[in-house]
Amino acid sequence: MSTAAQAPVIQVRGLEKHYDVGAETVRALRGVDLVIGRNEYVAIMGPSGSGKSTFMNLIGCLDTPTAGEYVLNGHSVAALDDDHLARVRNREIGFVFQTFNLLPRSTALENVELPLVYGGLGKKERRQRATEALKAVDLGDRLDHRPNQLSGGQRQRVAIARALVTHPSIILADEPTGNLDSKTSEEIMGLFARLHDEGQTIIMVTHEPDIAAHAERVVMLRDGVIESDRRQVPVPAGTEWGGARAGGAPALSEV
Amino acid sequence: MEIREAVVIALAMIRANKLRAFFTVLGTVVGVTFLIAVITVLKGMDAYMKEDFAGKMFGYNTVTVRRTPQEEGFNDDARRRAWRRRPRLQVADAEWIGERLHTPGTLAYNSSGVAPVGNAAGKSVKNAWIVGSSASFFRIRDYELAEGRPFSEQEAERGVPVVVLGHDVVQRLFPGVRSLGKSVRIGGYPYRVIGVLEKQGTVFGQSVDNFVVAPFRSPINGSMYRYNVAEEISFKVPNQNLVPVAMSEMEGLMRIRHRLRPGVESDFAVETSESVLGFWNKISKFLIIALPFLVGVSLIVGAVVIMNIMLVSVSERTREIGVRKSLGARRRDILVQFMIESATLSGAGGLIGIGLGLLLAALVTAVSPLPARVSPESIVLGLGLGIGVGLAAGVYPAWRAARLDPIVALRSE
Repeated sequence: MSTAAQAPVIQVRGLEKHYDVGAETVRALRGVDLVIGRNEYVAIMGPSGSGKSTFMNLIGCLDTPTAGEYVLNGHSVAALDDDHLARVRNREIGFVFQTFNLLPRSTALENVELPLVYGGLGKKERRQRATEALKAVDLGDRLDHRPNQLSGGQRQRVAIARALVTHPSIILADEPTGNLDSKTSEEIMGLFARLHDEGQTIIMVTHEPDIAAHAERVVMLRDGVIESDRRQVPVPAGTEWGGARAGGAPALSEV
Repeated sequence: MEIREAVVIALAMIRANKLRAFFTVLGTVVGVTFLIAVITVLKGMDAYMKEDFAGKMFGYNTVTVRRTPQEEGFNDDARRRAWRRRPRLQVADAEWIGERLHTPGTLAYNSSGVAPVGNAAGKSVKNAWIVGSSASFFRIRDYELAEGRPFSEQEAERGVPVVVLGHDVVQRLFPGVRSLGKSVRIGGYPYRVIGVLEKQGTVFGQSVDNFVVAPFRSPINGSMYRYNVAEEISFKVPNQNLVPVAMSEMEGLMRIRHRLRPGVESDFAVETSESVLGFWNKISKFLIIALPFLVGVSLIVGAVVIMNIMLVSVSERTREIGVRKSLGARRRDILVQFMIESATLSGAGGLIGIGLGLLLAALVTAVSPLPARVSPESIVLGLGLGIGVGLAAGVYPAWRAARLDPIVALRSE
């Protein structure tokens, strides 16, 4: 896991975001500085209203900051227009949402292919890479299932496969276990731990300490500024996920 | 975003909501149906008028002089009154012209009236069309005889009471019986049957076989029509190139005959089968011009409906749009997706419209004498209009979808 001295994936300096609500200006972020290195596993926490959603939107290039700098993978993205942001999202960021956000009428495979469609890949390569990504989350036998034919955990794994398929710089997970029971949550955390072991940079927004405990670094936001930023020994995921995978056995307790 | 991809998505959407999709594109369907049906029937009519009707009624490559034009058109009363003051054409005029024409061809004259035709067996045909003509009339009209012979120049000259019967008249008077040599009464005068014409068929569903042809100077002269007055003087030339030459020669000779000075309007009409079609051409041109307005109205209504449904679709799928944007869809990708969905929907409506239009045209042909002729251009036009309406109607909803804020879209439920 010891990565060579590489440029950090995310460099944020003096990040501010203001919203005009009627006559008032709400300062959701009031100067955030943060550096996240390659292959870090960071949990971003904070009570509601702390600005963590705003922060996540900015990190995810869904929005642009009012002020400050944001360098993602060596490129300044603070001042890009819509279409360039879309390009960055497509190449650099893999989103995992609380509500999975799969397209209901499309199969697992089609859902995972979607980012590659926007990336301009040919049909054959898309199919191949999407299949690989689904196999990587142990859904190689569910390619043609639609979301409503899958369990919650399986859906989230499809979403994770969709996030992984473009080989993004970061996985950006927004409350990834918010809609899952605790057992399934642990299973997903196990999957994240494995991805992290494989070298993936993961940023996870959550308000659950249990979930944040799986990360190796926890950033606390409060009132639009970083309140604390500490490193910790991650708690191993509570299922046999990591172990089973390490042992090469494909055993996966079904949800 | 590949176009094929978007079309597949659009087709899946249509399959998922068949009824809604159908009602969405009803306007397009009706518009295109109407367009295809009318164009198909009009084209059929056009071909029919030019290829069949004109030939049957007036003969090909034939120049005809009349007192007034066959086609009265949209003329006013004053004009019609002026026509009534014109001198009638005489058989003598026809003979005078015939002696002086240089263009090679066949000259004929004829007049007609309506009268009952009966036979000794007591059978009769009411309201038969009685034509008195020169012997050359048969050559002008290309009449073929099923049996017997036409009357000769000599019989015509002397006004011998012989007659050639049309197909319908024979069927009524002599069903299954030999008619040649039998006697019939035309307006009370006895005539001997010497020939029977081949079936001519129908014009606009009306049989044109309910007629008989007898020598002009035979006893009907003066009772079926005015004595020695020729309603038509016809001149048939061997080929189409001679038609204009024949026209000007006929007109020139008639003007001399009527002693008209240069600059004075002719007091007769010179027509060809083509010029008789002028009236039809006027109608069809009017219909062709009016058609886009009629079709346009239903297509505009259709476009408005499609636009509304697409707007509903966009708001229903706001979250999907947010997801797509988060995965890297640019504005253009979303725009194209919804435009193609709209175009596919409406294009499918266009296809249905083409099918229904052809069906309607076939139905019209089946229950009415109007013929139909499918034109490939109209099918391309119908499909093109369908897709075009979809694109036009899709622009605004697609633009709304494309400029959605991904954050807001992702948060929507």
